[in-house]
Amino acid sequence: MYARYLLCSPDMNKTVIPLSWLRKGDKAIIVSLDNSALGIKLMEMGCMPGEHLEVDYIAPLGDPISVRIGNYLLGLRIDEAVAIKVMKQ
Amino acid sequence: MSEPKKIKIALAGNPNCGKTSLFNALTGMRQKVGNFAGVTVDKKTGILFLDNKVEALVVDLPGTYSIYPRRIDEMVTFDVLANPDNVSHPDVIVLLADASNLKRNLLFCTQIIDMGIPTVIALNMMDVAEKNNIRIDVAKLEEELGVPVVPMNAREGKGVDKLLKLLSSAIAKPKRSFIDMQKLYGDAKELSNKIPYSNEYVAALLAVLHKELNDFPEEKHQLIDEWVAAKNFVAARFQGEEVLQRYNSINRLVRDCVNEEQKENKSLETTSRIDKILLHPLWGYLIFLGVFFLVFQAIFAWAQYPMDLISSGFSTAGNYLHNLLPAGMISDLLIQGVWAGAGGVVIFIPQIMLLFGFITILEDTGYMARVSFLMDKLMRTTGLSGKSTVPLISGMACAIPAIMSTRNIESWKDRIITIMVVPFMSCSARLPVYTLLVSFAVPSQTVFGIFNMRGMWMLGLYLFGFISAIVAAFIMKLIIKTREKSLFLMELPIYRWPRWGNVGVTMFEKAKVFVTDAGKIIVAISVVLWFLASYGPGDEIKTVEKKFEDTSFTSQYNSIDLDAMRQSEKLTHSYAGHIGHFIEPAIMPLGFDWKIGISLITAFAAREVFVGTIATIYSVGSTGDMDMNKLRARMHSEINPQTGEQVFSFATVVSLMIFFALAMQCMSTIAVVRRETKSWKWPMIQLFYMTGIAYLASFITYMLLR
Repeated sequence: MYARYLLCSPDMNKTVIPLSWLRKGDKAIIVSLDNSALGIKLMEMGCMPGEHLEVDYIAPLGDPISVRIGNYLLGLRIDEAVAIKVMKQ
Repeated sequence: MSEPKKIKIALAGNPNCGKTSLFNALTGMRQKVGNFAGVTVDKKTGILFLDNKVEALVVDLPGTYSIYPRRIDEMVTFDVLANPDNVSHPDVIVLLADASNLKRNLLFCTQIIDMGIPTVIALNMMDVAEKNNIRIDVAKLEEELGVPVVPMNAREGKGVDKLLKLLSSAIAKPKRSFIDMQKLYGDAKELSNKIPYSNEYVAALLAVLHKELNDFPEEKHQLIDEWVAAKNFVAARFQGEEVLQRYNSINRLVRDCVNEEQKENKSLETTSRIDKILLHPLWGYLIFLGVFFLVFQAIFAWAQYPMDLISSGFSTAGNYLHNLLPAGMISDLLIQGVWAGAGGVVIFIPQIMLLFGFITILEDTGYMARVSFLMDKLMRTTGLSGKSTVPLISGMACAIPAIMSTRNIESWKDRIITIMVVPFMSCSARLPVYTLLVSFAVPSQTVFGIFNMRGMWMLGLYLFGFISAIVAAFIMKLIIKTREKSLFLMELPIYRWPRWGNVGVTMFEKAKVFVTDAGKIIVAISVVLWFLASYGPGDEIKTVEKKFEDTSFTSQYNSIDLDAMRQSEKLTHSYAGHIGHFIEPAIMPLGFDWKIGISLITAFAAREVFVGTIATIYSVGSTGDMDMNKLRARMHSEINPQTGEQVFSFATVVSLMIFFALAMQCMSTIAVVRRETKSWKWPMIQLFYMTGIAYLASFITYMLLR
């Protein structure tokens, strides 16, 4: 269901993927956000295209996750993280 | 002497940027907690005396990341700032920004500046910024934003003097704009001309959200509706574009004013290291259990000492008053009704203060956000969210402080469901009831070598309450509909030391609010219950009194037995006794007779009163000098005169346990739910659905075991 966000690039590291696909410790740049109320809310909380982020922690049960963005930690659920599209660094 | 000039100041800003610290620093103890009109969002106001003889009313607004609200508390902030007709609409805004996290904070700042209300920015957490090598050119920032900026560290009171001096002088309306107003909201210029005190940005915001406002005049609603229709204005169209434009301005601004060395951020590194332990799959949960065991221990066990003191203090004072006042109905009303009711209110204060002391410490340090983080997945399978963890656990001690602590749940639906299911958790008031019933029906034998049978039953009853809460939450999640989507999306603040002053203030305020708001209802119900148990129809009570004055009858017994018998007969002839008889046909299928019926009614004052009432009915003395063995023996020998069977059969006792586990039998809970939901609707729904379920479950239990 995320296929429409996959850019056709031979280099898998340059692929645009949802934030929820990242693993602990992964670093990425935000490429875009869903055009939805959630997407706007995320932007308001600092998740702007072009911002760097790092997955700081994944809760023991796999959800939610904690992401370091700008100078703070944002906790969000996996189904919320899907709204953020990133490119892995 | 002329009246001092009065102005209104609003404190606004992102969550976790130190708003509470600044509010306390500005107003000290001259503060008051209430509700914002129409919603149960804490409204903290305080008085501030400025140098130029101006008295300022400071209101602390709920923290938000954007002027566009997504939750009830954020809606309050919007209402106060954008609606000129709101009673708290400010003359001056003190806007807090976290210097260590400026970019994100500036989004809300630029929105507020665009609204054109005189604004001062308090650039807080300068200490954290400096520690992490973030240098901010304040003069440049001031120039770029077009409003005064005061660097400060509110926790230590640094910069507060400068802010006060600034507030004493006249502050101009900001004129700078951070978005292409003409392109985004150009049409709104026309609307703003019609609405006083608004510019085009405020007009556009009102056009989007005016239907959600409190106290917004009808003619303005009409004006806006007409304009929206004429211009074909689509509410949500520009919001995303606006945010993008704002960040463009902010990025430029931050490049000019902030010099951030590309070193590691010390505060975040430390926080990350602590998280490694506190969010660890094993240690994380063990520490979580440890912390909540401590909290639970505090409200369950430690609170018992001050509670015993209060209880004996109230009864000693009651006896003293009894001797002081002339005997009669007025004296009884005052002592057994009002005074006992007041005692029933004050008794909760230790639990409330202890729980909120712990909660404030956990929040101040940043651990509370981690609790939500750890528990969210688990709690969501039941229809709740991570934030319901604290109220549910606290509910095992007492539902009153637990329900008060649901204020921290921002999602309305999650909050209502939590409030509705918390009373299923086995609270400490059920303990005496369970103790009596279990020790009566279950033999004290050891099973599997180590476990005591009675202990297992007690544990089973606690589990039963917990499972009932979870199942009820799951069902309610499907029933209650809401437009609001439950989001997790929260900042995990860096770990910091708690502010002890803040802890003290919160403990005090919560106790005060409970006494003043829920207290009245509790005293009123207590008076009604006293009346029902002390008076009877016609002259039945008088006849009983006369019987016990007859020396030919009384000489057969000793005075202690006689007193017990008199109390028992008075109760059975009171209105409560008659109601017991009246409801007997309804509770017969559960295995209860009318005497148990009376006890169920009086237990509404507090569940543990059940034990005392049973003791009174069976003439084994009043609560003070009750002998449990005597009571159990008396219960064993009680025979139903109609059937000739034992009244307290195994089936009846288990049915009673189930009834007490599930029924809503606590007037104080009803009073506090009424306060926390601001309507009688939810406490009534709760009373009927819980008691209904209890009835059904007890009925089934009795039928199966009989």
